[in-house]
Amino acid sequence: MDLQSQIIQYLATGLTLGSIYAMVGLGFTIIYNATGIINLAQGEFVMFGGLIMVFFTTTLGLPLFVSFFITLALTTAIGMIYELLFIRHPSKKKAPMMTLLIITVAVSIFFRGIAMFIWGKDPYSLPHFSSAKPIIIGGAAILPQVFWILGLSLLAVILMNLFFNRTITGKAMSACSVNRLAASLVGIDASKMVLLSFALSATLGALAGASITPIALMEYDRGPMLALKGFCAAVLGGLGFGTGAVVAGFLLGLIESFTTGFISSGFKDATALIILILVLFIKPSGIFGSADVGKIKKI
Amino acid sequence: MSNKILSKVSLITAYTICFCLSLTGPAMAQEPIKIGFVASITGGASFLGQPEKDTALMVQEWINKEGGVKGVPVQIIIEDSKSDPSQAVLATKKLIESDKVVAIIGSSTSGESMAMAPICEAAKIPMISMAAAMQIVTPADEYKRIVGTFESPRVQRPWIFKTPQTDTSAVEAIYAFMKKKGITKVGIVTVSDGFGSSGRNELKRMAPKYDINLVADEVYGPKDADMTAQLTKIKTSGAQAVINWSVGPTQVIVTKNWKALAMGMPLYQSHGFGSKQNIELAGGSAEGVIAPLGRLVAWNKLLTTHPQYKVLSRYATEYVKRTKAEVSTFGGHGYDAIYMTIDALKAVGPDKTKVRDFLENNIKNWPGTGGVFNMSAADHTGLDLNAFEMIQVEKGDWALAK
Repeated sequence: MDLQSQIIQYLATGLTLGSIYAMVGLGFTIIYNATGIINLAQGEFVMFGGLIMVFFTTTLGLPLFVSFFITLALTTAIGMIYELLFIRHPSKKKAPMMTLLIITVAVSIFFRGIAMFIWGKDPYSLPHFSSAKPIIIGGAAILPQVFWILGLSLLAVILMNLFFNRTITGKAMSACSVNRLAASLVGIDASKMVLLSFALSATLGALAGASITPIALMEYDRGPMLALKGFCAAVLGGLGFGTGAVVAGFLLGLIESFTTGFISSGFKDATALIILILVLFIKPSGIFGSADVGKIKKI
Repeated sequence: MSNKILSKVSLITAYTICFCLSLTGPAMAQEPIKIGFVASITGGASFLGQPEKDTALMVQEWINKEGGVKGVPVQIIIEDSKSDPSQAVLATKKLIESDKVVAIIGSSTSGESMAMAPICEAAKIPMISMAAAMQIVTPADEYKRIVGTFESPRVQRPWIFKTPQTDTSAVEAIYAFMKKKGITKVGIVTVSDGFGSSGRNELKRMAPKYDINLVADEVYGPKDADMTAQLTKIKTSGAQAVINWSVGPTQVIVTKNWKALAMGMPLYQSHGFGSKQNIELAGGSAEGVIAPLGRLVAWNKLLTTHPQYKVLSRYATEYVKRTKAEVSTFGGHGYDAIYMTIDALKAVGPDKTKVRDFLENNIKNWPGTGGVFNMSAADHTGLDLNAFEMIQVEKGDWALAK
């Protein structure tokens, strides 16, 4: 297999992984912007997206199209219930950030427990959204599902961008992230924005989970590893900067893929994390973050 | 004066009653023979521990229905290690010190078993592990001695045994089959956990014995979702076949990636592939995959004259009937361990040292689910590459590989 085909192959793998990290990183960013919390249960949204879709498609036998939207809706509901039950009250009582962080860790474990109870520990698969036959591009074999993953992720990013920049609600959410007190003074209901942020993050996670399962299977404890990588993407891109998180997510996926291909597969996780550490050393606010934004945001 | 006599009489009465009770004691309640059983029933290795636990419960019923050990009932005390070595050690200590078991069976994974081994050695209690790594039964310096060669160990830990085939045998079964097919250049892709790294060591160590040249050596993590990059590297390396060494969902992901990449070379899996679930999850991409598996998965394709046929057919049919689940080679390791212990107890009684001696010297031509065992002082596994049958996935089912 010549060098050009190899590069195309690694590119495909890297972009596939990258889009999952991008979705998780974007989810982190949205919640962080609205609340200042790092939601460590973010990976579980991906897991639910995959497993709930398995339930509707495989167990109930609904067509993929229908299950997909039901899955997104249900996972969004889970995200909203999560916020209402576990975050709203402690936030109102002005709980310190550390406490809220621990709460998200607890919720992550809780979600995993529920998933293990319902689906057991086995991995599950989904049928490919279109065809399972790989397409040969320039000597590299690429599955059609990869195009679904990339397409859906890019669509999500574009929609998020439009939402935050062109709609009143989106702008209100951005306002909350800049200065919460000022936003409520001009009549923005901050608690509604928080609820919305959890809902949106959950939807993004579900999208990633449902689209990756045909290739990578899904099981109850896939969440933490994804959350770690997605968090790296969010920080790498400049915590609080959505587009940065997405770009960093894709970058991370590509770094992993090319490291595996051209250096050593044993180093791939280490390489991504070493790069993260190096970037933060040189530019603590992340690749795209600005220094003063970095100062304003406190953990 | 009368008080003194009264107290003396009551004292004598008390002594007499106690003496009588002590006579009736042993005859009243028959102390069952206790065997300790540690398994990873929950946690990451529960796909190993759950069938082992179900097997232990089933076998305990069978043994006691057939009269136990010379009329004495057998009690298998089951502890869950939660797939964690420190929990496994705690469970072992509890079984030895508190329950006073005569032997320890377990645990399900190599990491846990290696943690338990020193405890059992110190307590001089025989331990039969249900995990596969050679390091469980081989002392560290002996392992170091053979590591650069393709020798078998000559010294084993006196108190530690195991029932699963060593991954060395699985590797040798694959290489012997490949040699017959004229394959000389092989790429390997392994997972970075204990099972995978042990397999990788054996793959590298045994290759020269079968004139195999490893042209690619890739690794991945147990929670990785995509191995196309590693397989692409193997595709470019000029390999004629690829061997994957892992257990769990990554086996299936590698299989799917292999099919998706249209690699143009056969995929061989480890002996951890032996579950129909892997074929189903792979959704058709497992067609043609070859693996060395214990005969339990394809027992109905064997001749009835095969030495293992009786054991396999009874275990397989009863297990499926009882648990409504597919029969598993992992449960089979538990079956073999328990029955070896029972045979020892029947022959020499509940004496730890005598049981150990029996296991080392008297398990010869012993048909179990994992193979026909021949234990010795130099070999506490008792199986070689002939314990495996090369199986190929054909039309979604197991078939003997050609």
